[in-house]
Amino acid sequence: MQLEFEIKGMDFARAGEAAAKIKKALQMVGMEVETIRKTLVVAYEAELNVVIHAYAGTLTAKISPDAVEIKVMDEGPGIADIELAMQEGYSTAPSNIREMGFGAGMGLPNIERCSDQMELTSEVNQGTLLTAIIFNRTSGEK
Amino acid sequence: MQKYFHSVRLDEDKCKGCTNCVKRCPTEAIRVREGRALIIEERCIDCGECIKICPNRAKLATTDGLEQLQNFHYTIALPAPSLYAQFEPNTSPEQILGALLNIGFDDIFEVALGAEAVSLALRDYLSRDHPRPMISSACPAVLRLMQVRFPGLLQHIVPIETPMEISAGLAREKARQQHGFSDNQIGVFFITPCPAKVTAIKQPFGEKSYVDGAISMSVIYGELLHSLDSPSTKQLPLLSGARGVGWGKAGGENHAIRCHSHLAVDGIHSIINVLEEIERGGLSDIDYLEAQACTGGCIGGPLAPQNLFVARVRMDNLVKKLSLQPDRPKSLSTDPEFLRLNKPILPRPALKLDQDINRAIEMLEEVEKITEDLPGLDCGSCGSPNCRALAEDIVRGYADTSFCIFKLRQRLQILAREIVDLSHKQPPAMGREREKELKEGDA
Ligand code: SF4
Ligand code: SF4
Repeated sequence: MQLEFEIKGMDFARAGEAAAKIKKALQMVGMEVETIRKTLVVAYEAELNVVIHAYAGTLTAKISPDAVEIKVMDEGPGIADIELAMQEGYSTAPSNIREMGFGAGMGLPNIERCSDQMELTSEVNQGTLLTAIIFNRTSGEK
Repeated sequence: MQKYFHSVRLDEDKCKGCTNCVKRCPTEAIRVREGRALIIEERCIDCGECIKICPNRAKLATTDGLEQLQNFHYTIALPAPSLYAQFEPNTSPEQILGALLNIGFDDIFEVALGAEAVSLALRDYLSRDHPRPMISSACPAVLRLMQVRFPGLLQHIVPIETPMEISAGLAREKARQQHGFSDNQIGVFFITPCPAKVTAIKQPFGEKSYVDGAISMSVIYGELLHSLDSPSTKQLPLLSGARGVGWGKAGGENHAIRCHSHLAVDGIHSIINVLEEIERGGLSDIDYLEAQACTGGCIGGPLAPQNLFVARVRMDNLVKKLSLQPDRPKSLSTDPEFLRLNKPILPRPALKLDQDINRAIEMLEEVEKITEDLPGLDCGSCGSPNCRALAEDIVRGYADTSFCIFKLRQRLQILAREIVDLSHKQPPAMGREREKELKEGDA
């Protein structure tokens, strides 16, 4: 099962919509509370990254009984130094966006923390592809 | 699954099936079927939004009546702090407490006192290590909202009992010690501004409730007004101060805690926005979130008789007046064990499509497909809150595509076209007639 969303750069008013819809879908499917929480953070941060840094992007959520895969493909400036981008607090967001309270350089580290597998590839002046997988681990209480 | 108790229910005779409540319900718990609103039990959080919005006064709250007092030897009224704001400015809380005795209670115990104990416990709790922000446990509608829509945030709820329960426990203890009554001889009644509290009593979050019943503020209001004028009504001292009484309105909790960084949000739809933010990892710079489902806090509760804005002025003035008095030393139990919520609050997965996850995923796919095919106008004529909800209902087997008037019209059009087509068809035996007709038509 797959859900797909188009995201536009600089569209802050709608940032978070895809994440919210994915959350509801996961609740309807009956995913574990923890899986839903992590997926929500991953999807939201990824969505926000596109809004802040790229021109446009597509976010897909692939839902299966034992995992959720979030894939985000964007057209944008790309990331020159991925290792640097993964560091907490490192950000290339311009100051006007930081003033809005976004772009604090926690997006990618948060995504990494909340996903079980993560892959990031990027080409400068082309775009970025992010894949994050969150396993649906059954917790004790049902 | 165990059936839920609900305070909020429908007066079928008054309901016109207008879908106002369907659109307003924060958990999409209402549908209109056969011209009447129907509440999906496991989703309803008893917030009373539908009571407030219903233009036909068809949504009601089940509460207890004063006649219930007869079932007990000794009865205690627990006035919610919001009660004081329902009366004229020259009616003091002391008079209101006296009037409660006059209408038949043997004693009263101010919930504001419990609120003071909780405030101190909160202050202590917040200075320890905890996930941020912690969320208030005081409004049961908010807790139920979280069970249904924000299960991932349940660990953020402060594990402290509500002022109502604390007060009820203390009131019982007092009656036992002073008069030697046994537990089942004592009847404790909360004077409630809301249906959510009624549900919290009949179906408590903790092991059990110390409260025996809930009497609607608007039901008791007339009686109180009446007895305020009666010469037999004596004044009782108000034991609580500004801090406790202030809990009756939005912002009061935070004011009572005083230290730490906090945020107060009121109105269920605003709360949803803030909880969404917390869920995405935001607001971790806040220690405590005070959240009240009703706009304005409990003074805006669906069962509070006075207009919210009028009540707010009165509450503000009362709190101001009380805050000029020196804090009285409290002899309340602040034993942390007594104040603790004794059971974890667990999720209520009311949105799940199916117990089997594979089946649920198939159903979700189906929901997506149907949603795609619906007009997306969210008109509500089908009796569901929006097109997507109708798609869910169809997949769950509660509705049919033909509930959508646009879909129905489409089908009628197709049918009509088929009928026209069919009407042109001639049986072979009549072929010559048809030929003649056509020729004449040419001419
Ligand atoms: S009380 Fe609240 S949750 Fe329940 S049906 Fe009414 S609006 Fe919906
Ligand atoms: S804010 Fe107060 S009156 Fe309104 S639902 Fe919550 S507890 Fe009840």
